[in-house]
Amino acid sequence: MSLAPLPNVLNGHAFSLADCPVLPMEQFRQHIVEGVAAGGRLSTLFAYSVNPGRWRLFAAIAHANQGDLTVVSADAGEQYAALTPDCPQAHLYEREIFEQCGVRPVGHPWLKPVRFPKPQACGVTDFFQMAGEEVHEVAVGPVHAGIIEPGHFRFQCHGETVYHLEISLGYQHRGVERAMRGGPNPRTIHYMETLAGDSTAGHAAAYCRAVEALSKARVPARGQFLRGIALELERVANHLGDLGALAGDVGFLPTMSYCGRIRGDVLNMTALLCGNRFGRGMVRPGGVAFDVDAILVEQLRQRLDSVTRDAHSAVELLWNTPSVMARFDGAGVVPLELCDRLGLVGVPARACGAARDVRRDFPYGIYRFTHIPLSTWHTGDVFARAYVRWLEVQRSLAFLREQLDALPEGHTIEPAGPLAANQAVVTLIEGWRGEICHLAITGHDGHFAAYKVVDPSFHNWFGLAMALRNEQISDFPLCNKSFNLSYCGHDL
Amino acid sequence: MFDVLLARWKQGHRTMRYPAGPPPELPERFVGRPTLEAAKCREECQQCVAVCPTGAIGFGPGGHTIQLDAGRCLFCRQCETACGTGAIAFSRDYRMAASRREDLIILNATQKAAVTLDEASRRLFGRSLKLRQVSAGGCGACEADTNVLGTVAWDLGRFGIQFVASPRHADGLLVTGPVTENMRLALQKTYAAVPWPKLVIAVGACAISGGPYVDHAEVHNGAASQVPVDLLIPGCPPHPLTILDGLLALLGRVTS
Repeated sequence: MSLAPLPNVLNGHAFSLADCPVLPMEQFRQHIVEGVAAGGRLSTLFAYSVNPGRWRLFAAIAHANQGDLTVVSADAGEQYAALTPDCPQAHLYEREIFEQCGVRPVGHPWLKPVRFPKPQACGVTDFFQMAGEEVHEVAVGPVHAGIIEPGHFRFQCHGETVYHLEISLGYQHRGVERAMRGGPNPRTIHYMETLAGDSTAGHAAAYCRAVEALSKARVPARGQFLRGIALELERVANHLGDLGALAGDVGFLPTMSYCGRIRGDVLNMTALLCGNRFGRGMVRPGGVAFDVDAILVEQLRQRLDSVTRDAHSAVELLWNTPSVMARFDGAGVVPLELCDRLGLVGVPARACGAARDVRRDFPYGIYRFTHIPLSTWHTGDVFARAYVRWLEVQRSLAFLREQLDALPEGHTIEPAGPLAANQAVVTLIEGWRGEICHLAITGHDGHFAAYKVVDPSFHNWFGLAMALRNEQISDFPLCNKSFNLSYCGHDL
Repeated sequence: MFDVLLARWKQGHRTMRYPAGPPPELPERFVGRPTLEAAKCREECQQCVAVCPTGAIGFGPGGHTIQLDAGRCLFCRQCETACGTGAIAFSRDYRMAASRREDLIILNATQKAAVTLDEASRRLFGRSLKLRQVSAGGCGACEADTNVLGTVAWDLGRFGIQFVASPRHADGLLVTGPVTENMRLALQKTYAAVPWPKLVIAVGACAISGGPYVDHAEVHNGAASQVPVDLLIPGCPPHPLTILDGLLALLGRVTS
């Protein structure tokens, strides 16, 4: 059966809920399966309550080649035929739907809890197990050895070799999406800024763009520039921190020490903008809450110069040191074909050669006017994930310098008004980890009836599990750091 | 090899002189300890209460005198903006740690919270304090700015303070996050695994009060709900200097 084409929506453009077709389940499935097979990505799939006990599935398929999204919905009933066997990208979404609503995706191959909401005991579940002589199981976490968020990792090993890694999360579950319903209220922006603390600007920007679309607010040009600056500073700080941590994981202390400090210098640049090293308080609906004057711009320029100089000297050591490259090369490989099937995003996807970047594919804000070249590598290993970070750092630094030289005059913010009723909007942002997707639906009263957050980590955790196959278990810290995913961004 | 030496020379010596020298420069827009001037407050206006995301502002005793709970505060400055009379202001004072929860309730512009530790513990931990960090629902920001104390610029190791990989090796816990229901048991077990005598340090609004997640069914409003807490360091997240000051004050290395 061929499908009737659907009206497509743009990144960050509100549309009336009445325009979003509620299809029969069979057609809903077909749209997703065919859309993804044609190169689309399942940016979000979730269920929300239309009436008590009645759930409606909602999906957004992002088409990078045409820069728009297809949104579809269907009433779920108590069960439906699972998408996962035909579309692996749906696997975690469907587990989430089952956990949150009890709607059963029949035929899902591994229908396990995602976040263990009350009254389930977190982490108490069946794990995939191997049997045989000399097979052993290693359990790590939730409390880890370093200063890091909690999660549980279960390895099935034969000797040193990992045959299978299963990642069980949920320890950071704080109930963000539930608390978003009925908003916006004074707490809403703080949920967004602490959703994943190192992606404060990214998630705040995704939220603010949703509010701006729903209230028809226009962000002044100066606000867009400063928002772009906050977003790219966040990227540079985190990428440099990761490069240092990767050096630390292979015992190369020079780069580890230098990058740890340089990352701090970049965070301090963000603090120059808004007083907070993580950008808290900077991005607000309608623009940004802080302006800069000529003196501050000059200060930022000088610091940008010294960060650029120091970063080159610190990071390039990595590529010239054989003991580092021996560990990076060929470790934790994710083939491109697998990357596409799982729908990986961000650095891990670009490190497989997938040309995928929201800033280029679905341009928004400042990126509609100033383009940042796409950075990819083709080997899909730890080296590629490190090297793509370094390429992105350099391009973001160049971008930052350009924007500081070209700041338009005017206001930084035009406060957003009340939200329109019965509307929906999908916003995509390229956070430093990859695609951040927020989907907001307003009810009759102009408040959020549903708010769905997809952090890039939601897609990529499974990529890490696959990267570990046939690796030595001793390489786990290195592979893990090369992905550096968010636990709280996943757990919400 | 030559590259490594050249880079070492280029990067220079970066460890700060604090506490022997001045503290590192804070950004001009840094938001520090809140201060109150109750005389300026028109208590009937309640604008600050309406905008506060976490209910940090209250009126007591008798419902008349404004007070601000720095342990709940996210330092977003919304109250300062909403207050038309200047009764609420945020200073640039980075020193905010306290030993007792009630000392974080700000009543005026001059009060200082005390950081205390008994003499026996100070003798025991003063020159060597090993901590196990537990993130219990933290967003990663408090964790990151605790981690940064280990970098060359701060060099926490020079004070004998170190983060260790096992609670068995630790003298105490540094807890971040509001303590989610899903981390409650893990936190309790980690605490139990630390040998006596032991300390607990709560870093950030979440670990002190629940922060933005206060009263969510999924969280327990901070570390003190599960384990006894010896030091509270407010902020969202606290600046590394605020955290370091708290740790050093606890050990008597700077005066509180």
